[in-house]
Amino acid sequence: MIEQYVPSASTFSPDIDHIIWLVLVITGFWFLLAEGVFFWLIFRFRARPGVKGEFITGEKPHEKRWVTLPHYLTLIFDLWILVVAIKVWTAVKITTPPAEETVRIIAQQWAWTFVHAGPDNKLDTADDVTIVDELHVQKDRVYHFELTSRDVLHSFSVPVFRLKQDAIPGRVIKGWFKPTLTGQFDVQCTEICGIGHGVMPARIFIESPEDHARWLKGPANVATAVPPSAPAAPATPGGTK
Amino acid sequence: MSSTAHGHAASVGNGHDAPAGHHHNPGFIEKYLWSTDHKMIGFQYLFTGMAMALIGGFTVYAFRMQIAFPGMSIPGYGRVTAGDYNALVTTHGTVMIFWVAMPVLIAALGNYLIPLMIGCDDMVFPRLNRLSYQIFLVSALVLISSFFVEGGAFGGAWTSYPPLSSKSQYNLTGVGSTLWVVAVALEFVAFLLGGINFVTTVMNSRAPGMKLWDVPIVVWMIVLASILFMASVGPLVAGAVMLIFDQNFHTGFFDPVKGGDPVLWQHLFWFFGHPEVYVVLLPAMGIVAEVITVFSRKRLFAQRTVIMTAIAVGIISFFVWAHHQFVAGIDPRMANVFSVTTLIISIPVAEMVFVYIGTLYGGSIRLTTPMLWALAFIAEFLLGGVTGIFLGASGADIYFHDTYFVLAHFHYTFFPIAFIAVFAAITHWFPKMFGRTLNETFGKVHFWGTVIPFNCIFIPLFVLGVRGDHRRIYDYRHFPDSMQAGMQDLRVFATLSLVVLLAFQVVFLVNFFYSMFKGPKAPANPWHANTLEWAAPSPPPHGNFPEGLPTVYRGPYEYSHPDRKEDYWPQHIAPEGA
Repeated sequence: MIEQYVPSASTFSPDIDHIIWLVLVITGFWFLLAEGVFFWLIFRFRARPGVKGEFITGEKPHEKRWVTLPHYLTLIFDLWILVVAIKVWTAVKITTPPAEETVRIIAQQWAWTFVHAGPDNKLDTADDVTIVDELHVQKDRVYHFELTSRDVLHSFSVPVFRLKQDAIPGRVIKGWFKPTLTGQFDVQCTEICGIGHGVMPARIFIESPEDHARWLKGPANVATAVPPSAPAAPATPGGTK
Repeated sequence: MSSTAHGHAASVGNGHDAPAGHHHNPGFIEKYLWSTDHKMIGFQYLFTGMAMALIGGFTVYAFRMQIAFPGMSIPGYGRVTAGDYNALVTTHGTVMIFWVAMPVLIAALGNYLIPLMIGCDDMVFPRLNRLSYQIFLVSALVLISSFFVEGGAFGGAWTSYPPLSSKSQYNLTGVGSTLWVVAVALEFVAFLLGGINFVTTVMNSRAPGMKLWDVPIVVWMIVLASILFMASVGPLVAGAVMLIFDQNFHTGFFDPVKGGDPVLWQHLFWFFGHPEVYVVLLPAMGIVAEVITVFSRKRLFAQRTVIMTAIAVGIISFFVWAHHQFVAGIDPRMANVFSVTTLIISIPVAEMVFVYIGTLYGGSIRLTTPMLWALAFIAEFLLGGVTGIFLGASGADIYFHDTYFVLAHFHYTFFPIAFIAVFAAITHWFPKMFGRTLNETFGKVHFWGTVIPFNCIFIPLFVLGVRGDHRRIYDYRHFPDSMQAGMQDLRVFATLSLVVLLAFQVVFLVNFFYSMFKGPKAPANPWHANTLEWAAPSPPPHGNFPEGLPTVYRGPYEYSHPDRKEDYWPQHIAPEGA
């Protein structure tokens, strides 16, 4: 359902799409059934001259089962949804596959700073590549991120990954993703962070290993990679330390 | 705004008879502004709530127009800057929940209905009641004043998360953000006083013969909601005081540099904030129970089950708050616990809806205006309920959190609660309140003119949420992925639907104020209903029951009883041969 509109670009995004689809089918079925019964009852029992309503207390067992049976069905379907939801949640947010690379994400009013590990694949070394509002990652590589904020709450959201995590000043929050699709997509801030909240876009560039290596060699060329149609905040390419 | 509210409230009684003879003739101020009569205090809350709804409606008009037509000068407002946009969004949310839904559903209807429906002459603490409204009025004025201070109104969303809300260098509205917290805290004090009154009155002042199961559902619901409110609001008041200290005295309750924690506020806020959803939902459910029983001429199906489920909802609602914080940086294992509690709460809520649908079976359904509103509540709230499952399921919430899907979901719960159920209540009790009858044709035009545009607003917003639109963005042109084919069209369609919805509210206002003075006179019991308020004259005089307080002989929903010729059996009518 969602991948028709928003590409599915991480290893866990199909799982998240699946739980959404499952909830849609289950709740959709019961929703339509309940609405159907509801409108049918309104039509069937519309007031007619000379016909008095029935006196039904709903307290007798054979009457009450019309409520208790749906009650147990709700419980069963809730449990089904829960099992799948918790499985997905655990895979995305609790268990973490070993990192092949780590990226540091720093949020502030109103920009994203992405610290890439650079050729030596280690953070806090001289060859780190620090760029504002552009995150460059390789397809099929497990990334860990270290997310923090310099001022207020922000939220790091990559819709194509189905990934979202709030950034909190004073804390480093860890998470992971593994891209499965090349392309460039929006990074959003999904927690209101002041008057510039609406102008805090960033882009994620998911590249093949070759393209990524080319980018690493010449970060000054990055600007040309941004299509003119994207009115992103002024990128500061070549922010290499 | 509030002075007009008084103006309306003041006019209410003019066309009617003077208060019962044994009272002295009170002056204008004593009668309308300094009154201790529960009905007048109910009207004060109602008219203030209606006036605040105009603010809530105007703000949403302004910021939705900005989303649909970014950069345009909005007719009646002008150009919306990014700062304005945040202030408008914040004010809309704050006002609609704290100054419209709460005062109208709990305070106005609770004050007006409780003494009448349990058959007593007034609240047990009338002066406390008067104080409650006065504090509420001050809180509304404080909130409104924040628009006129340096920096303008607070723009950190109605959830007011620190550090954005706690430091003026981040929010740029130093005075406005403090006024916001002060207003909210004052409002809570007002409702605490009201809640004490509601609970005590129902415990102590019920008519002779009225056992707990004979108390109408709407009274049960308002009392349960008051208890929920009183039990949940304490932590948030504490949080509000900490926030005021952080803002003005540079303490560090929410500041990590000083050893505080911003996430603490979220726990305090949502520990109140989620029960709050049920604080407004329960009275709405109560209104719907009253209206559907009257207009389907049916006893409420499994009446005791409804009360039990409401109690269950109330208890469970204290254990679900962190589902607002799945991705907020809490221990991720906690999300699974709160996912379980959240899906559990769907069970009693669903059961209530089943009971209401079951009540229609075997009825003799009359589609009057109040009944249309009550049925629409069930139909629309169902969609709000099932979409909540997507968000309660932790795995799915990672994607939907803070998108328009969330926004559409809670508007499918809050709009039915704060408007559809309230319109059901106003159209149902209008003859009692003002002794006159609303126009049915205008009522139905207003109904369809509200319900159809409502769906046209929020179904597109569900779609936009699925497509990844995140909330509180004043111009999506900065996000290429949010400007794909059709997305701006959906935003424009939703906004135009909103304009249509707002325009149709004029029909309601005209009908309401015209009928209040000029509508056909209403009899005491125009709907042939059972509950005690219909035993009082329309409108009830000071003291409510001039012929003496009623005695109760049966439950509130004995419609179409086989032992009786008429299809209703009022609670106060003595059994034959008694």
